[in-house]
Amino acid sequence: MTLDDILAGLFPNGSKIDMTGAMIAGQATLPDGKPIHVLGVTQGQPLGADEAIVLAGRVIEIVKSGDRAPILFLVDSASQRMSKRDELLGLSEYLSHLAKTLLLAEAEGHRTIGLLYGGSAAGAFIATALATGTLVALPGAHPAVMDLPSMARVTKLPIDVLRAKAEATPVFAPGLDNMVLTGGIHAVWDEAAPLAPQLAAVLQRPQGQDDRGRLGTERGGRRKAAELAARVAFAAASHHGARHG
Amino acid sequence: MEKLSFRLTAARSAGGTRAQAIVGVVASGNLEVLLERSHPADTCTIDIATAAHGFGAVWDAVVRDFVARRSAGGLRISINDGGARPDTVALRLAQGIRKIEEPER
Amino acid sequence: MTAVTANANSLSWYEASARQRIDALVDAGSFAEFIGPELREISPHLAIFDLPEQFDDGIVIGRGRLDGAPVLVAAQEGRFMGGAFGEVHGAKLTGLLRAARALEQDVLILFDTGGVRLQEANAGELAIAEIMRAVIEARRAGVNVIGLIGGRAGCYGGGSLIAGTCSRLIVSEQGRLSVSGPEVIETNKGIEEFDSRDRALVWRTMGGKHRYLIGGADTFVDDEALAFREAAINALKAGRRCDVTVLEAEQTRLERRLQRFGAAEDAVEIWERLGIDQPTEIPGLPTGAFLRAAANRENADDAR
Repeated sequence: MTLDDILAGLFPNGSKIDMTGAMIAGQATLPDGKPIHVLGVTQGQPLGADEAIVLAGRVIEIVKSGDRAPILFLVDSASQRMSKRDELLGLSEYLSHLAKTLLLAEAEGHRTIGLLYGGSAAGAFIATALATGTLVALPGAHPAVMDLPSMARVTKLPIDVLRAKAEATPVFAPGLDNMVLTGGIHAVWDEAAPLAPQLAAVLQRPQGQDDRGRLGTERGGRRKAAELAARVAFAAASHHGARHG
Repeated sequence: MEKLSFRLTAARSAGGTRAQAIVGVVASGNLEVLLERSHPADTCTIDIATAAHGFGAVWDAVVRDFVARRSAGGLRISINDGGARPDTVALRLAQGIRKIEEPER
Repeated sequence: MTAVTANANSLSWYEASARQRIDALVDAGSFAEFIGPELREISPHLAIFDLPEQFDDGIVIGRGRLDGAPVLVAAQEGRFMGGAFGEVHGAKLTGLLRAARALEQDVLILFDTGGVRLQEANAGELAIAEIMRAVIEARRAGVNVIGLIGGRAGCYGGGSLIAGTCSRLIVSEQGRLSVSGPEVIETNKGIEEFDSRDRALVWRTMGGKHRYLIGGADTFVDDEALAFREAAINALKAGRRCDVTVLEAEQTRLERRLQRFGAAEDAVEIWERLGIDQPTEIPGLPTGAFLRAAANRENADDAR
């Protein structure tokens, strides 16, 4: 689906969304008449310091407005921008800052919904989609940490071997199905059905704790993370940790 | 990974009172050694998972020499090996004994 | 109360193991590990690649005391799989941060990481996201989360994004902080963009001195465990909020950095714009002289 199709499907009551480069920002009206903020990175572009700071600034303005309206963050990006300039300027702080503003918004009572409708990878994925309270995707979305050819180069394994291993586990290979199985994506929407009710359903979910570990356990793609994190918290709370040298 | 297991009779049991100790790191040419005080005083077991295949005879010689020379009785020793040379293995085993024998604070 | 003592021996932070760093950082004898190596909570995924496992999966977590105060501590082992985040490794840190929020205890994270472990990339990436959220939730509950960066593997990839959520960062000259590593940039964009074998370029673009000068880190210390300990004790005394005021201040700070230095082609140009007399001398300066030269650096006080 194109971005225009998606926006039209999400907001039949209309929206006012500006595009600056590959970034979008604006507002729309939900079917129940309430407002929703819309932000995004589009066109499969990389996310660098210049883009992250603009998006973060918008999120801060929204939080300061005190309207507590939900924020929909649309994502179709590449990875973080890989450049000497971005790293020289401290890209990690810019990406973290954007993620922090989204986490702040969620904590301050704005529902933050990520909608992955294209690609995203590595630092860009962490700073945008994965920093929202609930991440959903459209079929055809293709999240990745690293593509398989690059992975083959780094792990020094033939790509055929990697492909065979990827059949056996969702834990490392790129792709939407694997990110769903490991609990990173809450739900994949039905693109044949109207989008607005599907967004309304997500907005009706109670705001709560990070449940990605639980989803990973239930779906079988990440069986250990939730249980282990809970055991650590239990060990820390109890007064007798094991001592050893 | 190749898995090797040894169960040896030890003449001397490990000193000190610590329940366990760990030394080393799993990296290329290095290994980690976990020592746990969990066997009868005359017994030492050593379980090895190694990235370098086909060196069973070398491991056999290194661990037998270790148990003969050091106070290893009572210890369950577990090794994750990233392809360390025999002298590095012997060094880590000796460090492990020293560590588990350290006085507790 | 008993006297608080550090383990007094000189120890290079860069050379030390994760366990040695913890022992040197917290009060002598105060550390108790959670999910220790004897529980053998190894990665369930490395066997798929026939790779060796480590009993603690490359991260040591637990509680201890710092100058008498209870703290939670996590230390990554940069020599095992590059200190990278996998499912187990990440979940241990997530659990520790959630405990910090519940117990309202400050946290020290000893970073030493290349980022996400590719053999379990999806689990590692999600762990990073879960950790960042847990850091912010802990900070909003009033907990300090201090990052210490000076290990062999640096603090790269997702690790650098976690560092960006910390309330304070302590760095040594050896501590590199960057999203894309030198090899990653060179592989993807060519040697003209970044020559990963040019070590001087790597250090001045990503190293601790540059990060301290532009406000990417709050405290610069020698590569000495005791120096990290002193800095951590001080860092725990600083503010601990993470609200809209702090993030607005960070927004202003990062916008200003782009305006001030956005056109620079090299770190030396940035140092010159900071008013440093002999910017080309910065990499060679010992700590005392460097800190004097850095008097007019950008800082991130109350803006992180």
